[in-house]
Amino acid sequence: MSILTVHLDAVGLCGPGLESWNAGKAVIGSGIDYVSASTTIVASNLLPTAERRRVGTAVKLALACATDALSESIYKASELLSIFSSSGGDGDNCHIICESLASQDRMISPTRFTNSVHNAPSGYWGIACQAKPASTSLCAFDGSFSAGFLEACAQSITAQSPVLLIAYDTPYPEPLRAKRPISHSFGIALVISHQLTNASLATVHMKLGKATPTVVQNADLELLRQNVPAARCLPALQALASGCGRHDLVLDLFDNQQLILDLEVLR
Amino acid sequence: MDPLYISHYTLSTCLGHGRMANWLALAGQLSGLKPCKFETVDLPTFIGEVQGVEHQVMSERLSHHLCRNNQLAQLAIEQDGFAQATRATIDTYGRSRVGVFLGTSTSGILSTELAYRYRDIESGGLPTDFRYAETHNTYSVSGFIRDYFELEGPAIVVSSACSSSAKVFGNAYRMMACGLIDAAIVGGVDSLCLTTLYGFNSLELLSPERCQPFGTNRSGISISEAAGFALLTRDRPTKGNAIALLGIGESSDAHHMSSPHPEGLGALAAMQQALVMAKLGVNKIDYINLHGTATRSNDAAEGLAVAHLFGTAVPCSSTKGHTGHALGAAGIVEAALCMLAMENEMIPGGVNTSEIDPTLHVDYRLENMNLAPKTALSNSFGFGGSNCSLLLGFT
Repeated sequence: MSILTVHLDAVGLCGPGLESWNAGKAVIGSGIDYVSASTTIVASNLLPTAERRRVGTAVKLALACATDALSESIYKASELLSIFSSSGGDGDNCHIICESLASQDRMISPTRFTNSVHNAPSGYWGIACQAKPASTSLCAFDGSFSAGFLEACAQSITAQSPVLLIAYDTPYPEPLRAKRPISHSFGIALVISHQLTNASLATVHMKLGKATPTVVQNADLELLRQNVPAARCLPALQALASGCGRHDLVLDLFDNQQLILDLEVLR
Repeated sequence: MDPLYISHYTLSTCLGHGRMANWLALAGQLSGLKPCKFETVDLPTFIGEVQGVEHQVMSERLSHHLCRNNQLAQLAIEQDGFAQATRATIDTYGRSRVGVFLGTSTSGILSTELAYRYRDIESGGLPTDFRYAETHNTYSVSGFIRDYFELEGPAIVVSSACSSSAKVFGNAYRMMACGLIDAAIVGGVDSLCLTTLYGFNSLELLSPERCQPFGTNRSGISISEAAGFALLTRDRPTKGNAIALLGIGESSDAHHMSSPHPEGLGALAAMQQALVMAKLGVNKIDYINLHGTATRSNDAAEGLAVAHLFGTAVPCSSTKGHTGHALGAAGIVEAALCMLAMENEMIPGGVNTSEIDPTLHVDYRLENMNLAPKTALSNSFGFGGSNCSLLLGFT
């Protein structure tokens, strides 16, 4: 059984009632006083004006949580390997394309088509930050957070380099929403490092195995965990926010395989 | 890097099902591109359609995965004894020690495109038999293949447009290097749909004729569908050829969403990384399978990058004139064609190109060459500035 060991150096967050990691940390940690609200995405000024006009919710969300993670960290966005993980990309954009294609004229705008690729946030992030290292955009349906986390850790270890993980999801509008009910926009960013540094917030040992996913304290946060794939990270965030100590956690991946973590919060 | 052995592979494209059909078409300098008659699409362009996809029947156990993309996946994985070889590998290493890493750009979105035509008049709802998770969702094809083989290991879909099914070799390499798996099914599947046909049309990138990679008169891409798979193992195969992934380079342009860096700097970085990882000099590369989509800007940028690194010393071609541009499946298709070239000791010349663009200073070949490549570099570059270069070779 292989165990991967990495260190978490920074956290960024953007979710319903959780505008940033600093703003949301206490609420997530205590499990009390959480009030769900529609997600407020802090506008990023990283993108050039032309690109800023073109982007939809998914790109804004991914950039907001990535910016939050790097705001107080020692890392430069331009130098980081990156993993973008999402269950579905931009729900609104997809809906409008499908609607157009079902209409008489079938014309879709070039910008909408360009934004429909799963790696649109990765592309815009590269442009915004002049980030030229490798970037992978992936999906594992409901297990997208854990799959991205695992990939980011594997890449950090093999490349011996820090990796920026960004996991995000946006809701589909109707009629797709009825078939894929993602409740809120939610994004999480982590800087994962192969080596322990003064910046390290936690050390994680992870392995794959069969176990029951950890639930979070607070019924509304638990609903969020269940209703947004990217929010399946919440047990780890709750551990990180609750202060020093060791936490045995299971993060949701597949029906027959989970991500099992031994997470030690360092500060 | 330690070589990652390719113990088996297969591909199905508009040229045919399986390795033999594809190789014969390459050897015969044939193109599988035909005037577009897909579904109700009315666009003046050529496409590459895989024959018989819609006739693929799924077993009851897998029937919830039914969609064109997964039908194409099933059609392809059952060629060349690939499924049997994979099952033997699973028996050797165990269900949880074999990973699935596949690329796609549009997954099974065709199912959703069609469902939107049949929305309930009153509620606006989609048809009750429409399934999102197993069709449209980006992960769908890896979920299908994981269920097909009843696997319990890690699985993802990489979706970075046209570099997707090249990049998956990197994901498999990393999981194997970390000891999480002993073998991996890598590859990619992309199937025809309206989103890409009308989308590339909106960008004015569809060629009205069969695409002419690296041609003076190139006028855009010919979209196609395809699927390909490779079985990667850490252990050297006990019999048969030992082709391995020797290096992989991945980079980001950080320039524009739908146009490459004009000097091909991202492409250059990916190729250089692959060479460094393999510890091979430029003089050790025998053949380059270009991304060569036949858009004005893509070929110009790639031409500059290849010329900068290799000059005219290495024969190269794009096989997109034969297969069309299979988008998220292009990486695995072209890796498979490189392996076929190595095994059959022939470098395939490009087809359709009436005149090679003299401003692209590379050794672009239009005739097949009776030269046995021991190594090959395969380029795949996508929207969002996502670049990947695979270096394959005999070991």
